[in-house]
Amino acid sequence: MAGHVSVHYSSLPVKNTKSDSEARLVRWILIILAVGFLCLFLVLPLVAIFIKAFDKGSAVFLAAISNPDALSAIKLTMIIALITVPLNAIFGVAAAWAVTKFNFKGKSLLITIIDLPFAISPVIAGLVFVLLFSAHGLFGQWLMDHDIKIIFAVPGIALATLLVTLPFVARELIPLMQTQGTTDEEASLTLGANGWKTFLLVTLPNIKWGLLYGIILCSARAIGEFGAVSVVSGHIRGLTNTMPLHIEILYNEYQFSAAFAVASLLSFFAIITLVVKNVIEWKVKKSEIPEEGAS
Amino acid sequence: MAHLQGLKVKRNSVLPGFGISLGFTMFYISILVILPLSTIFIHSVTVPWSKVWETISDQRVVASYQLSIGASLLAAFINVVFGVLIAWVLVRYRFPGRRMIDGLVDLPFALPTAIAGIALTTLYSQNGWIGQFLNFKVAFTPLGITLALTFIGLPFVVRTVQPVLQNVDKEIEEASASLGANRLQTFVRVIFPELLPAALTGFALAFARALGEYGSVVFIAGNMPMRTEITPLLIMTKLEQYDYAGATAIAAVMLIFSFILLFVINLLQWWTNRKFI
Amino acid sequence: MSIQIQNISKSFGTFQALDNITIDIQTGELVALLGPSGSGKTSLLRIIAGLEAANQGAILFGEEDMTLINTKERKVGFVFQHYALFRHMTVFDNIAYGLKVRPRKTRPSKKEIEEKVYELLKLVKLEAFANRYPFHLSGGQRQRVALARALAVEPKVLLLDEPFGALDAKVRKELRRWLRKLHDDYQITSIFVTHDQEEALDVADRVVVMNEGKIEQIGTPEEVYENPISPFVYHFLGNVNLFKGRLHNGKLQHGSFEVDAPEFAGTENREAVGYVRPHDISIEREASPDAVAAKISYIHIVGAAVQIELIRKDEGDFLEVELTKEHFRSLNLKSGEDVYVKPKQLRVFIPEDYSI
Repeated sequence: MAGHVSVHYSSLPVKNTKSDSEARLVRWILIILAVGFLCLFLVLPLVAIFIKAFDKGSAVFLAAISNPDALSAIKLTMIIALITVPLNAIFGVAAAWAVTKFNFKGKSLLITIIDLPFAISPVIAGLVFVLLFSAHGLFGQWLMDHDIKIIFAVPGIALATLLVTLPFVARELIPLMQTQGTTDEEASLTLGANGWKTFLLVTLPNIKWGLLYGIILCSARAIGEFGAVSVVSGHIRGLTNTMPLHIEILYNEYQFSAAFAVASLLSFFAIITLVVKNVIEWKVKKSEIPEEGAS
Repeated sequence: MAHLQGLKVKRNSVLPGFGISLGFTMFYISILVILPLSTIFIHSVTVPWSKVWETISDQRVVASYQLSIGASLLAAFINVVFGVLIAWVLVRYRFPGRRMIDGLVDLPFALPTAIAGIALTTLYSQNGWIGQFLNFKVAFTPLGITLALTFIGLPFVVRTVQPVLQNVDKEIEEASASLGANRLQTFVRVIFPELLPAALTGFALAFARALGEYGSVVFIAGNMPMRTEITPLLIMTKLEQYDYAGATAIAAVMLIFSFILLFVINLLQWWTNRKFI
Repeated sequence: MSIQIQNISKSFGTFQALDNITIDIQTGELVALLGPSGSGKTSLLRIIAGLEAANQGAILFGEEDMTLINTKERKVGFVFQHYALFRHMTVFDNIAYGLKVRPRKTRPSKKEIEEKVYELLKLVKLEAFANRYPFHLSGGQRQRVALARALAVEPKVLLLDEPFGALDAKVRKELRRWLRKLHDDYQITSIFVTHDQEEALDVADRVVVMNEGKIEQIGTPEEVYENPISPFVYHFLGNVNLFKGRLHNGKLQHGSFEVDAPEFAGTENREAVGYVRPHDISIEREASPDAVAAKISYIHIVGAAVQIELIRKDEGDFLEVELTKEHFRSLNLKSGEDVYVKPKQLRVFIPEDYSI
């Protein structure tokens, strides 16, 4: 459809006339500079992680990742992701719905507040919950009286992760739903569908790729968060250590191979994240460019 | 829903779910964002001002501001240079592996920061793969910090400049060429002004992210007071000493800085979008 | 189902989109809301559909007050300007949607839905496209799917927002005829919004001409074209020539030129403008008091009619005259020739600035 010209545009072959493109030599110098920078900066560290992980052989690697502390760190990380990602996904959908389908005063302020966790230091994101819930914190006494532990326990880690990853889904959906507008939903209503059916049958299929992408990014961050979690966790081995914290401890104890072994698991997940992201982008692009007979 | 009245809702849509979606959104961000962040300021005012000032103007703390701001600015600047270059190459040229490279740009977003930290430290320490060839120290110096901050900020500039570059109308370049400008003149006078708002937005985003960054920096920084101690680390140190008042005071300074940056970023984004409507 | 639009007003902030609109639409009528963009026609259509709420006024379908009934319950068929087809659904699923989302009690069986959808597909001549996705279809095909989808729920009222706006000229004409025929077959009360006067005059039983949130005129296509009641309607529906002058003794005068304006017999010494359609002008070789001298600047002969451009000798204004080919030949006019232009049917309006 019209309006997506830009997408086609990027895939047009670049004309190789002197008037509107660079000389061949300049072009190749620029490509080599860019690719070289990325290799040195992104590829090399990634490669290093996997090589260091298997530095001392696969036995050490397997021992490192099957160590009880490592297993409990993996388990805790998964639990945290399972708590935070669905909540932030629901929040993201609700926030995007409110912000994109309706007009109200204070809307841009609301969007700015949703963005706020991106702008603050993860350390501060952890600190605020310490100030609220630690023994000396605002609700510390009350929590103590009721024997509820938040800081240096799983709820604290979950809260800090929730705050840090809060904007991911909303941030993906808001621009997407803004460009989609409200006509599809209006069409559904005129055809007699109620609000919930309209959301399920019309809105959700329209936003599914954006939603999935947001969830992927949110998961990656939830699993990898270090600073915020580090503040609230208390680093209790086997209890409140997530995978990144476990890696830190191993590293600081000079168990480099073990540290990189656990790190390689997370890196593997990061690579999957990138692949899924690119598959989604490719899918979206494909659905925007009609191809005759694709059905 | 008590919040809603304050917002002066003007219903002008027939779509359902306004009350519940906005209500839930407000409730969620109140509990997770507004209430927690306001405790920083509440906490700061309960402490006497002189004490707060003493903390935030302490020599060691000031040194950490200088380091954090300096390294972040430098990293953001490197990101703008290479970010624009990478975006340019990815949008304008076709070469083998382009799609892979394009996909790889987001790695710093996907890779946990602590892992980036240990990987970079390992590479750039004195006997690391790269460090051994350099006759100057990288790891455990401000240079190492800048390196880590460059790593985590790289995607910001690329991803803000890329779509804008894709939308630059090829015709304006052809027009420029037809009027007798050479390629460099066209880039400097026609293309670059189009990219500027996006590049600045990317710069501000990378800078904001770098200022608060913790995970990737602590490993490579060495964390020597006055020399390689960044502000977030200082907050962490104060917390570990149970100096909540000190940690909070420094956090308040950082938060104010973040708010200002967020405001600037919003302005820049507004500028970028306005140009392309 | 008749539709009554009673005293509808709507404002967006300080902008008055609709100002006290009242229209009665008879059962089975096909009505066009015609106006330039910003005239409020789309807002009115959306208010009828319940997609927007009016600030004031009421909408009645038959005897039933619909003002507070929400869209979902109004049983209107709405065809959106850009069709709003669901991209992720096939043509079949799009058309079946309104039936499938009914509550279980009133939902037709799967087989009934299928029959209904194929009946509609036949109606819009898209049987072969049931399993295609919208992006495989051309604009005109999409438009027909949108229409079939709206008809599937058996609406009491059909509302179409710029139904032919996004189509190219040829398809537009075809669909226009087809819509007219569909309407004649189904006799469903329909309202469509358009900014194209030709479209409105061609298709509608009655035309509502709107401007700046107000109704300028309501009437059959013939009425609004032949007897515009305001300068706006004159301008908006076709070409028009202006003869400026002063009113005096029931005549509009300008220099030696004067024409009768009996309806302003009691108005003295006011600036006024006479409006004449190009085909209501004759070209003469003899001077007369009710003609003005002009020079032919251009003759344009395409199709059945001949368009002649002239420049008035006194004012230097352009005039446009349309003659039949026979008439043109019999006059034997040449470019550059001096002639006299005589309005045959002229309507005088006092410009609004002076009237209050």
